[in-house]
Amino acid sequence: MDRERTCRDRWVGWDVASAGRNVCLLATVAMFCLGPLGWQVVASVKPDEELVRLPPLLPTRLTAAHYERVLFHSSLVQALINSAAVAMGATAVALVLGSCCAFTLARLPITGRPMILGVILMASMFPPIAIISPLYLTMREMGLQDSLIALGLAHTVHALPLTTWLLTVAFRQLPRELYHAARVDGCTPLRALLTVVLPLARPGLAVAGLLTFIHSWNEFMFALTLTASDAARTAPVAIALFPGLHDVPWGDLAAASVIVTLPVVGLAAFFNRHLIAGLTAGSVKG
Amino acid sequence: MKVAAFNDQKADGRRWNLSERVWGYVFAAPAMTLVVLMALAPIAAALWLSLRHRLPIFGVDEFVGLANYLDLLGDERFWAALGTTLYFTCLSVGLELPIGLGLALLLDGLTDERTRFGRLAQTVAIVPWTVPTVVSAQMWLWLYQPDYGLLNYALARIGVAASIDWLADPRWAIHAAIIMDVWKTTPFAALMMLAGLKALPQDLRAAVRIDGAGWWDGFRSITLPLLTPVILITLVFRTMDAVRVFDAVYVLTGGGPGNTTETLSIYAYKTLFQSLQLGYGSALATAMFLISVILSLFYVLLLRRRVRDMV
Repeated sequence: MDRERTCRDRWVGWDVASAGRNVCLLATVAMFCLGPLGWQVVASVKPDEELVRLPPLLPTRLTAAHYERVLFHSSLVQALINSAAVAMGATAVALVLGSCCAFTLARLPITGRPMILGVILMASMFPPIAIISPLYLTMREMGLQDSLIALGLAHTVHALPLTTWLLTVAFRQLPRELYHAARVDGCTPLRALLTVVLPLARPGLAVAGLLTFIHSWNEFMFALTLTASDAARTAPVAIALFPGLHDVPWGDLAAASVIVTLPVVGLAAFFNRHLIAGLTAGSVKG
Repeated sequence: MKVAAFNDQKADGRRWNLSERVWGYVFAAPAMTLVVLMALAPIAAALWLSLRHRLPIFGVDEFVGLANYLDLLGDERFWAALGTTLYFTCLSVGLELPIGLGLALLLDGLTDERTRFGRLAQTVAIVPWTVPTVVSAQMWLWLYQPDYGLLNYALARIGVAASIDWLADPRWAIHAAIIMDVWKTTPFAALMMLAGLKALPQDLRAAVRIDGAGWWDGFRSITLPLLTPVILITLVFRTMDAVRVFDAVYVLTGGGPGNTTETLSIYAYKTLFQSLQLGYGSALATAMFLISVILSLFYVLLLRRRVRDMV
């Protein structure tokens, strides 16, 4: 540990001369990553007449009119509620089904393990476009078109491979003895999963849940196809089909974009370390 | 007490195992059922549809064998979409990997994720990845706006006289989409490679410094070879994702101008849901699926050892 630290310090020390340059580079990176979003925020508070000319770069006065319009006089709030319902439902179901399946893969002595893994791997390979038309026809036949249930199910299945894989890795990292001790003490596998394994795998559950939620919140193709009316439309579809009569209502669109983006960027900022661990788990550690 | 329980378990071993196996199937069944019903069955159904002419508006629904696939071979729009998809994939992945690697090296050299500054830098870097694709397309529409968009304004300020109509000019539109995709997904590539860098033995890299080798020599002869597996995985993830690109381009250009930015996903989507040719659209979707499978096989070959470890 000590040695590692000295080495690292020396290595950093070597770079001191170029530290200034690096800070400039990092500032460039920040501008590159946040710039387009920042410009959208600026557009969302600019009065209409300043939106259609440049300069001024920054608004001469701030306006909340765009936010007021999209929040109180459009279907965006309904879309946000739909998105939240679909994303939370999909996350909950994916976590329950995913952790059961992952527990089997990680700990239980079944014979069909390669087959289960194969099915999961195959399901994760499908481009959504390849399954969208039969899914649409089936849902229509079942009277589930334009309903949140169909969309939630589609998102759940879409997320299940990654969820199962992440949780399998998480469960395997727990000491096998803990599970065996619970079994010896008379727990059924279900109780052992609920009372011993799941509480210890909370970080893994957080990562899997977070990724499922963000995927579902942002997903577009299923949402566009499986919903038709404002009552079931999710936020990305509302943004894509933003109503404009003759001109694009740039200010309103910007305000809506900012509102739709806030929850996911907030989650990502708050759970930053979990998220990065999850994104890279399957590749680097696996 | 414990020993007794352990002996019980031993004596009872076979039944214990049997019941564990039953539990295993019970646990795996719901997830498997859902995946089979909503992912594998639709694929089979799409294959079946692709062998039929199905045009709901005209009431046509008949089996035609491979006719749709033969039509596909003679369909210029299909080949154009395939070309656009491959062009988009090669260029955007080709840009994302080097830029992402540079970003990863920068974040790694300058920051330590244990410090507040390091965490802040990582949070900033991950933002584009979290922004919904549809929103990022709208953001870039606003930047590309020809008359009062920021990009043309900036170009005019640095002395480029001609204003570019980014999304209406067939030469620029696909590149505008690529720039957007690079913005959106480079952070993902960077974070994957950053995690790879963090997993490398620190003293190995420190040794390079102490030996007095230049930065480039050390990078080329030590860091890069050790990082190759992670770079390969990033390449594969990004390629599979870029090939199926839909929402980014759909919202940005809708496939226009004049189908010049139409990717395979967009062509299949339009055929299925706008012209309602369910049979031919399914053939297109199946072709896309096959391309994915070929890429995945390539992926399995590249990463054979890792995949074997996994199973």
